[in-house]
Amino acid sequence: MYSALHAVTYAKSTGVFDLTFLLVLFPAASAAVLLLGGRRTDRWGHLLGCAAPLASFVIGVIEFFALISRDGGQSRQLDQHLWTWVPVAGFHANVNVLLDPLSITFVLLITGVGSLIHIYSVGYMEHDPDRRRFFGELNLFVAAMLLLVLADNYLLLYVGWEGVGLASYLLIGFWSHKPSAAVAAKKAFLVNRVGDVGLSIAIMLMFATFGTFSFSGVFTAVHGPGVRSGTMLAIGLMLLLGACGKSAQAPLQSWLLDAMEGPTPVSALIHAATMVTAGVYLVARSGAIYDVSPHARLAVEIVGAVTLTMGAIIGCAHDDIKKVLAASTMSQIGYMMLAVGLGPGVYAIGIMHLLTHGFFKANMFLGAGSVMHGNNDEVNMRRYGGLRKLMPVTFVTFGFGYLAIIGIIPFSGFFSKDKIIESALDKGGATGDLFGAVAIAGAGLTAFYMTRLMIMTFFGVKRWPRDVHPHESPKIMLIPMAILAAGSLLAGYLLVLGGSLQHFLTPSVGSSIEQGAHTISPWVLSVITLAVVLGGVAAAWWLVGRKPVPAEPPTHVTLATKAARRSLLGDDINESIFMHPGAYLTRALVFFDNRGVDGMVNGLAALVGGSSARLRRTQTGFVRSYALSMLAGALAIAVSLLLVRVG
Amino acid sequence: MRVDYYLYLSAVLFTIGAVGVLVRRNAIVVFMCVELMLNAVNLSLVTFARLNGSLDGQIIAFFVMVVAAAEVVVGLAIIMSIFRSRRSASVDDANLLKY
Amino acid sequence: MTTLPAHSGFPWVMVIGLLPLLGVAGILLLPKAREAEARMIALGASVVTFAASIGMAIDYKVSGKPFQFTQDYTWIKAFGAHYALGVDGIALALILMTTALTPICVLASWHDAERLSPDDEASSGRGPRLFFSLLLATETLVIGVFGSLDVFFFYVLFEAMLIPMYFLIGSFGGPRRSYAAVKFLLYSLVGGLLMLVAVIGLYVTSAHQLGHGTFDYRVLINQVHISHHEQIALFLGFFIAFAIKAPLWPFHTWLPDAASEAPTGTAVMLVGVLDKVGTFGFLRFCIPLFPYASKLFAPYILGLCVTGILYGALVAIGQKDLKRLVAYSSVSHFGFIALGVFAFTTQGGSGATLYMVNHGFSTGALFLVVGFLASRRGSRMVDDFGGVAKVAPWLGAMVLIAGLSALSLPGLSTFVSEFLVLVGTFTVHRWFAVVGIAGIVLAAVYVLWMVQRTIHGPVTRAVEGFRDLSLREAWVIGPVMLAIVFLGVNPKPLLDRINPSIQRVNVDVRHGDPLPGAAIHCVRLPTRSSAAYSSSLTLSLAAARCPTGYVEFTSHVTLTSISTGSTVK
Repeated sequence: MYSALHAVTYAKSTGVFDLTFLLVLFPAASAAVLLLGGRRTDRWGHLLGCAAPLASFVIGVIEFFALISRDGGQSRQLDQHLWTWVPVAGFHANVNVLLDPLSITFVLLITGVGSLIHIYSVGYMEHDPDRRRFFGELNLFVAAMLLLVLADNYLLLYVGWEGVGLASYLLIGFWSHKPSAAVAAKKAFLVNRVGDVGLSIAIMLMFATFGTFSFSGVFTAVHGPGVRSGTMLAIGLMLLLGACGKSAQAPLQSWLLDAMEGPTPVSALIHAATMVTAGVYLVARSGAIYDVSPHARLAVEIVGAVTLTMGAIIGCAHDDIKKVLAASTMSQIGYMMLAVGLGPGVYAIGIMHLLTHGFFKANMFLGAGSVMHGNNDEVNMRRYGGLRKLMPVTFVTFGFGYLAIIGIIPFSGFFSKDKIIESALDKGGATGDLFGAVAIAGAGLTAFYMTRLMIMTFFGVKRWPRDVHPHESPKIMLIPMAILAAGSLLAGYLLVLGGSLQHFLTPSVGSSIEQGAHTISPWVLSVITLAVVLGGVAAAWWLVGRKPVPAEPPTHVTLATKAARRSLLGDDINESIFMHPGAYLTRALVFFDNRGVDGMVNGLAALVGGSSARLRRTQTGFVRSYALSMLAGALAIAVSLLLVRVG
Repeated sequence: MRVDYYLYLSAVLFTIGAVGVLVRRNAIVVFMCVELMLNAVNLSLVTFARLNGSLDGQIIAFFVMVVAAAEVVVGLAIIMSIFRSRRSASVDDANLLKY
Repeated sequence: MTTLPAHSGFPWVMVIGLLPLLGVAGILLLPKAREAEARMIALGASVVTFAASIGMAIDYKVSGKPFQFTQDYTWIKAFGAHYALGVDGIALALILMTTALTPICVLASWHDAERLSPDDEASSGRGPRLFFSLLLATETLVIGVFGSLDVFFFYVLFEAMLIPMYFLIGSFGGPRRSYAAVKFLLYSLVGGLLMLVAVIGLYVTSAHQLGHGTFDYRVLINQVHISHHEQIALFLGFFIAFAIKAPLWPFHTWLPDAASEAPTGTAVMLVGVLDKVGTFGFLRFCIPLFPYASKLFAPYILGLCVTGILYGALVAIGQKDLKRLVAYSSVSHFGFIALGVFAFTTQGGSGATLYMVNHGFSTGALFLVVGFLASRRGSRMVDDFGGVAKVAPWLGAMVLIAGLSALSLPGLSTFVSEFLVLVGTFTVHRWFAVVGIAGIVLAAVYVLWMVQRTIHGPVTRAVEGFRDLSLREAWVIGPVMLAIVFLGVNPKPLLDRINPSIQRVNVDVRHGDPLPGAAIHCVRLPTRSSAAYSSSLTLSLAAARCPTGYVEFTSHVTLTSISTGSTVK
């Protein structure tokens, strides 16, 4: 049958690996206690909320070391069976958790960065009466996200997938009494649902084609003889649709900027470090499927390249610090998508950028939160200016993130982003060159908008209103920021040195073989990229830094700038294609249902009623007429009987 | 024996009764006309019984008489009460069940 | 003659069916002065009934006979009508759902039937005694319908169900209650009439074949062979009756009126429990009795289902009245259920059966929370609410969870069933399933938009005084939520009992589920026409995936079994 080379099997978990389920259980139980416990848990809720991801983190670390102490290859993939979930004939879904290099990497990211953000939130949400609910929902998110990355089959992954969507919905709408937050939450869920349709169709296709949707079953079967390339392309594209929804990639990108209505720690954890990168996880996890479908890979690359450009352009135009960071997240995830789309050998590089991005972007979001905390929740960068003196710690930690994202050597972004550009160029051919060029240009744009952000926020003269007194944030917020800043600096070495991450991830995503010769020597490429980045920084200084920042955005701007300010018309397109026609269709159908379908039934009733009303007229109330009709009836019967007899 | 005459008589009596029911307005008269029709039918039943030499027709005639008697009791009572409440025995006045 | 044992096991079905009637007797014995105690009796009777049905579920043997706890007595000898009861996995699941929801309905209607004053003339006939006895009578009849193994007995109960429901809507509902009740009655009667014709037709057919007519369900499916023409006619009679009851698009317009005029408990009973009889009827009668006609009409029916899914969801989006919104969402959900039933796959059928159970709880939860909202505000209009979550967080949370369950969030019970239905359809009718999936996006639209406008947003003046869930309301909604979560996480016990029954239902329509595409090879067979081979192989009955002149076979089958002896690999 299938060659043993391709067979994917997971070992049964034993010993310490039987604790894997606790990773999900701790935050889930904590969420249940906090959300169901009500006001009774208000006093200590935030402590429990922080303890749960920390406990998961501890288990994650233990399991990580247990994992690397085992031999490489298959023995590092351990499957724990919890219970049989949905058994219907051939359709068999288990609740199993799979611990392998890819999932443990994510577990450490989620619980590590997650714990820091939980701790930060203790300070950030201190004055919110609903802090306990906030921690409950944040724990719910962590549990769902862990389920997403630990699932050993696509259906269970889908549970986590929608679970993080729910948590995101709840947290974006945390201040649901604000209409803008309620609308943004709904929008995020709906756009994600469109993506989820893709994921569910992909699962159905897998079941219809392979009779299974477990990772091991599907990854083994894709090499089977009866598999058609068209089916694999369809599965790949549908998975990509799901990934686009969750990772805010074009064309489903429009929800992410609105999602910034949520509290800032949420933006840091969900909409920067973890949940939005789930799409990248999905593509990397499904590597076996994309490996056999080059066209699907090309689609992933295109989506990544388009989104990284779009995000960078949008980032240049917004004045809301969180929206700039959100656009930057889109753009950076575009890089990751591009990387995982490049196919065999490059998945690990995409994951590497995902990890470094998790550090520096979470760091910057927390920094932005700290800035907002000190400025009465002001988000408009035109109301900041010169904050570096008043908020020195925030400035320094944010600066680390800044240097990392624009890719200055030796910060972490330098390592991961350069690798992506390198891989794109190494792909060769016209597309490879194009994607490489886009990635380099994107690096320049990133440098531009991030420098603009730094200048408008921390440099120049103060522009805040008189009643605002910017101040540094409390220690409980600064310490997580400092740790993440250290991560932004160091993560690169740890992951890149000796190809350690690529080597570690090999059992999950395949080995990172170099694809032939480099088209351009890595050293030369690094120099070129750094030059472009410095060019972006200089351009930002030239355009923004030399003169005072105006309090209101200039109105006489080019059409392109206007489009960028409207997030490249994403919402306008959605509204004109889906929402307005949809609203019209809905109204038309309601009318049709009342007048058409129900109208027909009521019309029938009216017809019967009307004819009865006419017939009623024969009931004159005169005995004579009744007697006459009886007589006529009797005669008619008699005559017809006679006719039958005679005739 | 000839039964024709009895049958002619029965038909005439029935027709008188039927026309009476159709044209008269006094409830009592209408009622009597109904009785006339019943008796016309009784006559023909007895005639045919005689003709066939069986008792069936006569027995049915007795049934009809009993029913007619019962009907008279109920019917007259109704007519009386209508007359008492409306001071009229005209069937055209009692048209409460009109559409 | 029938070799099936007339009686087997403890007569659970009869016991469960009679317990609510005992409650009715108790209620009717109450003097008027103590009529408020009727609800206590009703609650007690329904809880005991639920306990008994749990006993039945425990006693039910997963790998036992197709129908268990059977009883069979001749009822009307002249035309072969029996008093025959018994349950398979499908009926078991639905009876459990019915008996679980009835106490909820009783508790939800605690204050609905109260008289405004002790001698309130306007409501002289209608008091708690009437209301709760009607509710319990409905329960008995529904249990009988699910447990009946005789077509005539089924028909009688099917029609008798209308009587208590008619009075529940017509006597205790909202301002347009009599319009709604008459509409409900007329729609159902039209369907019932068509079914009566088909029931008589079935009797005549059996009389022709067996020499003596019978209504015994098990005899009919095992021993009577109905010709294709007869199947078509009889199928349509049953189908339309059940499609109206379910209701399937376009027979749905009675539902929004009836559900929105009925008081909360009645609405739950009507949509959550009573309407399942329609979709249950598809599985119990339409498919096993008329496999040919079922297969013939399946594509058109699937078209109706998909239309209903999208149509119901779109119209729900445009509703301004919360109860009508929930009712239209049910039209969409019934489309899913029927889709699963008429896909004739185990996944589709089991998913549909599970969907019936889950829909009872999920729509029940929605009606309940809408009832809570309406009772506080005195209005059911979406625009009259806003910011409920801020004032009454628990109530807001319940609205949200009920909504999430309606949009089939994974982890909640509806997800499992909806996914099974769609997967089961996908393996045989790819495009119907894909169009149906669009319904889950629309479901998110109507649910989340409703949530946004009612519980989110700024607190409106009218909502400011809202109190949070009372203890009684918590007891009403709590168990429903528990069921929704439990069945979402662990549907296995229920599915294990449903699966074998579904396989038996589908056995005459499709022999086994279609095999995965990758397991099918296309092999050219040169010597004989491929049709001759296909009968000798265990083949997938799905749409042929191979070009003509080729034959499909699976990697589990080797061609050595073919007379030519040639082995093809």
